[in-house]
Amino acid sequence: MENILISEFSYILLFIVGAIVFIAGGLITAWIIRPSRPNDEKKTSYECGEDPVGNAWGQFNIRFYIVALIFILFDVEIIFLFPWATVFGQQTLVETTSGVWGWFAITEMSIFIFILTLGLVYAWKKGYLDWVKPLPKTEDFNSKVPYSLYEKVNQKYTVPSSKPE
Amino acid sequence: MVIAFVLLLLLVIIYTVFAVYIERKVSAFAQDRLGPMEVGKFGILQTVADLLKLIQKEDIIPKTADKFLFLVAPVIIFTAVFSGFAVIPLTSGIIGSIASVGVFYLLAIISLDVLGILMAGWGSNNKYTIYGAMRAVSQIVSYEVPLGISVLCAVVICQTLNLQEISFQQGIWIQQYQTETINYSNELNYLFGIKKLGIEVTDIGGFLTWNVVRMPLLFFVFIIFFISSLAEANRTPFDLPEAESELIGGFHTEYTGFRWSMVMLAEYAMMLLVSFVAAILFFGGWNTPFPNIGSLRLAEWTSGLPGTVMGNIWGIFWILLKVFALILVQMWIRWTYPRLRVDQLMSLCWKYLTPISLVLLFICAIWRLLMI
Repeated sequence: MENILISEFSYILLFIVGAIVFIAGGLITAWIIRPSRPNDEKKTSYECGEDPVGNAWGQFNIRFYIVALIFILFDVEIIFLFPWATVFGQQTLVETTSGVWGWFAITEMSIFIFILTLGLVYAWKKGYLDWVKPLPKTEDFNSKVPYSLYEKVNQKYTVPSSKPE
Repeated sequence: MVIAFVLLLLLVIIYTVFAVYIERKVSAFAQDRLGPMEVGKFGILQTVADLLKLIQKEDIIPKTADKFLFLVAPVIIFTAVFSGFAVIPLTSGIIGSIASVGVFYLLAIISLDVLGILMAGWGSNNKYTIYGAMRAVSQIVSYEVPLGISVLCAVVICQTLNLQEISFQQGIWIQQYQTETINYSNELNYLFGIKKLGIEVTDIGGFLTWNVVRMPLLFFVFIIFFISSLAEANRTPFDLPEAESELIGGFHTEYTGFRWSMVMLAEYAMMLLVSFVAAILFFGGWNTPFPNIGSLRLAEWTSGLPGTVMGNIWGIFWILLKVFALILVQMWIRWTYPRLRVDQLMSLCWKYLTPISLVLLFICAIWRLLMI
């Protein structure tokens, strides 16, 4: 059993190594046939043709960090759920306990998920899930000239035959 | 199996070449254009020509870049995505590795993709690439939550992580599945998975034993899976990380030549991989959609016994048909829907998909107990 497991993982390793070898092959081929004529203009960072100002390695929006935190919570939850998912409904286990096993496992896991969901609700209520939203711009300008006057001017200067053909 | 590795590598490469072509043709059709027409008949060799061009392009490394991160990132991105194929069963006989961790390993290894993207974006030391990488990472990790839970729903129904075992459960060959520790020769399939209904479909097979029919709510789970997989693969409407009109090319702005094509190859391989997983988890994998009806043995005629040559040929045919149909839907969506805003993206993931998938997981768990 253990040997089978190890040989199966060696096939996984084959896929990983194989992918790296495939890329290395491509890169070497490209390295042989491609030209290499670097100059200063070519090697500047691309910024729509402008000369780049400053360094890009700067501060970043804190929200990305919060998203990462919430993600870690849920990822841990999912890691716990996977082994649970493969055993809670095993036929032999359920039959030997006359059905108790399955319901007990579900109840336990529901409590676990419920506690984590509380975390999500907390983050939701606190507004951590809300990204910066562009606000629609509203006009707060109040003209002293009444609206109907504008309408009258518009009507006066509307050419009757200016309908689009 | 070594043969699975060779087949899947060839499949990924050939598929990418033609998927790029098909994508351009689909977009052309959607926008009432002709698309590529010059190279070969109907432009069918356009991508081959593009690849030849890309491999001859100069490899430019920006002088402010972190050289090590910049050079290694494409290798990590492609390797992470391609390693996921190791546990995909192409047919009843051809699978890279039957390690019992299966789909769990798959989810774990494709998350490394995020690391490569972050390295590429940060290493380039370009404002666009950093924006792109940050967006990509936050989007991919967020959507991994509904994606993981929707995979769990299918796992709960099947009680195994092994994708080959999941595939066997969904067809007429269910009793053929045997390993040292697992024996399926007494396993039976019932309509909607529920024994109490008393309608046995083990011998009927076809679409009636697919997971979407064994547990009808899995169709909604599939929709959640599909939406999150679009986000995982950075496809429109979730292509904010490489929004051309704002971020040039996103995290791969600074890449040229072969390194750039690695990133592109990884993106298309990701589309293929998530479609494979969707086809296996929800739509029967390499099983035929036709059921046996009385003496009309449609299922047996359209699928060979596991381990035989016919079994492999039919298996590849059916799974690729399902996978390509899903990829076509992905392309169709790309050229139909506009891009989401960042806040819409985040609220869709955390406020809709995650709670809904948790509820569905709960229902699936109860359904599983009713299946025994």
